[in-house]
Amino acid sequence: MENSLDPAPSLLEVRGISKSFGAVRALQEVDFTLRAGEIHALLGENGAGKSTMIKVITGVFPRDAGIVRLGGEEIAPRSAKAALQAGIATVYQEVNLLPNLSVAQNLFLDRQPMRFGIVREGEMRRRAKALLKDFGLDIDVAASLGSYSVAIQHVTAIARAVDLSARVLILDEPTASLDRHEVEILFGVMRQLAKRGIGIVFVSHFLDQVYEISDRITVLRNGRLVGERETASLPRLELIRMMLGRELAETTSARASAGERIAREVCASFENYGKAGYVTPFNLELRHGEVVGLAGLLGSGRTETARLVFGAERADRGQAKVEGAPVRLQSPRDGVRHGFGYCPEERKTDGIVAELTVRENIVLALQAKRGLHRPLSRREQDEIARRYVRMLDIRPPDPERAVGLLSGGNQQKVLLARWLATSPRLLVLDEPTRGIDVGAHAEIIRLIRELCDDGLALLVISSELDEIVTYSDRVVVLRDRTHVEELAGEAIDVGNILAAIAADVAHEAHA
Amino acid sequence: MKGLPPVLITAIVLVAGFALCAMQFPNIASTRVVGNLLTDNAFLGIVATGMTFVIISGGIDLSVGSVIGFTTVFVALAIERWGVPPLVAFVAILALSAAFGGAMGAVIHVFDLPPFIVTLAGMFLARGASFLLSTESVPITAPVYSTVSDFALRMPGGGRLTAIAIIMLVIVIGGALLLHLTRFGANVYALGGSRATASLMGVAVGKMTVKIYMLSSLLAGIAGIVFSFYTSAGYSLSAVGVELDTIAAVVIGGTLLTGGQGSVIGTFLGVLIQGLIQTYINFDGTLSSWWTKIATGVLLFAFIALQQGLVALARRPAAKRAGAAT
Ligand SMILES: Nc1ncnc2c1ncn2[C@@H]1O[C@H](COP(=O)(O)OP(=O)(O)OP(=O)(O)O)[C@@H](O)[C@H]1O
Ligand SMILES: [Mg+2]
Repeated sequence: MENSLDPAPSLLEVRGISKSFGAVRALQEVDFTLRAGEIHALLGENGAGKSTMIKVITGVFPRDAGIVRLGGEEIAPRSAKAALQAGIATVYQEVNLLPNLSVAQNLFLDRQPMRFGIVREGEMRRRAKALLKDFGLDIDVAASLGSYSVAIQHVTAIARAVDLSARVLILDEPTASLDRHEVEILFGVMRQLAKRGIGIVFVSHFLDQVYEISDRITVLRNGRLVGERETASLPRLELIRMMLGRELAETTSARASAGERIAREVCASFENYGKAGYVTPFNLELRHGEVVGLAGLLGSGRTETARLVFGAERADRGQAKVEGAPVRLQSPRDGVRHGFGYCPEERKTDGIVAELTVRENIVLALQAKRGLHRPLSRREQDEIARRYVRMLDIRPPDPERAVGLLSGGNQQKVLLARWLATSPRLLVLDEPTRGIDVGAHAEIIRLIRELCDDGLALLVISSELDEIVTYSDRVVVLRDRTHVEELAGEAIDVGNILAAIAADVAHEAHA
Repeated sequence: MKGLPPVLITAIVLVAGFALCAMQFPNIASTRVVGNLLTDNAFLGIVATGMTFVIISGGIDLSVGSVIGFTTVFVALAIERWGVPPLVAFVAILALSAAFGGAMGAVIHVFDLPPFIVTLAGMFLARGASFLLSTESVPITAPVYSTVSDFALRMPGGGRLTAIAIIMLVIVIGGALLLHLTRFGANVYALGGSRATASLMGVAVGKMTVKIYMLSSLLAGIAGIVFSFYTSAGYSLSAVGVELDTIAAVVIGGTLLTGGQGSVIGTFLGVLIQGLIQTYINFDGTLSSWWTKIATGVLLFAFIALQQGLVALARRPAAKRAGAAT
């Protein structure tokens, strides 16, 4: 029944949608209403069913029950293509596009400008350039997409969907690998589209962004609808309670005092370590029981530093030492041998083996470290898998499930578990809380502190400054692939980090 | 683009190989030899063009050799025994092979089976069917055959560009245009990049799969007809193992066996390289013709190793462009 007081007409109506994967009931009789011209946030914990709902609406998964109406008419798309034709454009959580095609081909795949049956390459490139310009990107659109960074690939995917969105635009965690500036641009574009009457569904775990951009919020929990609210009248704590079904335990900064820190032993040190054209040589000491945060903008050299430290990239100068002894880090294997672990940012391309089970994924690195001639017994594997599934609250808690069938956030947790299982002396985490819900987010931060107390050395990259401030004992700030500042103790706060990041911007403004 | 693209490397190998052969046997560098080379490898060039589409899309088609064999037998019997006019026989067999390919594509898509298995079954099926038709070689004496065989364009230097060589060149050029200039071609690359992603981006993956295998089988049918012109006979054992030569030509031509990258021109160069090796062996006269296989094997190995190297290089984040990873 329609609410007669409702100002905007409803554009997309979902009624009583259910979807099960075998025994997993991913969606149970969920209702959802998107009005024309509104930005509607779809929220919930990892595994709540957000992505599943999007895929059911767009016909990627067949639905078990329920109806979907678009502009009052019932639709039942059987594929992403059919949904597109109906006017629903989507950026799915696992975007990725096609790295082997050019940027332009990716933007215009299956809808290239044609003349006499032939793709008008020049025209296509021109349009691609114009399209990306709206997103602040000026790149060579004829180059293959795979040659660009993850962030650029992501923006390309969004640009494609925006260009395709005739009536509805669905964005499943679009901002996960974007930095502040790109998010700003995206939000600007979203507002413009909304003004034109397009309905936008926005999934995100960044609550700040949700409050900034959305008009309305729908919350799912365990595949059920919890409720729909106006963003403006929903306090944050109330929202979190809706999502988690419980209160969130406060995480407070648990930084060690200065005295304690000095007493700690150095785990690994890097002197004048660097690689030409990659990262300017830096000095870095990582101590047992200490978290070092790496802060900086996208492309400032954070991931590059992490890769050098782990050995994923070979340094061409400088000296690395582990427990005081000089070592050579030529390859990830060297890193693993010295007891390093590295949890990369791009779980899809750099880590998760979707076909293997949760258990197999978790024991992968540990098995590699032990060598093939000392296989882990099945009992040991089960034991380890169960422990981490419980510790990280991986859902569903079934170690024998293929990882590819888990929700995005839960895949991230499996990857983390893999490296924890190797009991490393130094763990490098690149954006460990990306795509992880508020509840698990707090869990992971708590876990990071606990690991530290057990003597682990941690190097953590994060774009969320609040988070870095919460757990870091020291923060290294990067800019233009150079380590520009190191903050410790009381000096660590968001303001100081921002000041260090922005120093050159201020500089340029003066010049 | 950093480094040499694989096609260029293939071209360099071909030119260098040709120069080496020509140094030893100056006669090789004549339009006569080149013309023969094109004629002898016409059917291979045609199937390999179809195979290029299949492999770029991330699949494989093992049935092509058998489809060629079946086609020769069918055509020979239709013309010689059943009294069907040759043109009708050609149209019929092309329709049949296209349908056969389409069916394989449909099975691959609908049942989500590996193309290797499905086309392996297709290979046995087509070969078996040709034995069912006839186990002996059936000579074709229809007048069209001698007309077509006699037709040739004279090239300067006395070489002959035969009808079947011309058919092959037209198909190679047509294939290259289809692959590089049309929406269909772009979708072939998209499928090779990732079927799942292509589907999410709105590509009709099922239809594409059917069309791609249909194209491959259709070209195998044409290759079969060309083969029957070349041998003036239909024989159920003809073109055994040709699918492997074809795959080799495609890979030597720089197409990634895992899909997503490659070109028809590269494949054509790959066919020429194989033809050149065969020609060299013929000129030498003392070498066993099995050396062709050995040389092809070595080249294949070299190219696969090279591609792995290139792929690994492309994956290195150091090579990433502007605004690289965080
Ligand atoms: N293809 C699939 N096969 C089986 N189970 C699946 C499949 N896709 C999702 N699931 C399950 O359905 C549930 C909902 O997953 P979904 O991906 O919708 O979560 P989500 O809300 O998007 O979470 P996240 O925030 O982590 O992305 C999870 O329990 C997940 O394991
Ligand atoms: Mg999701």
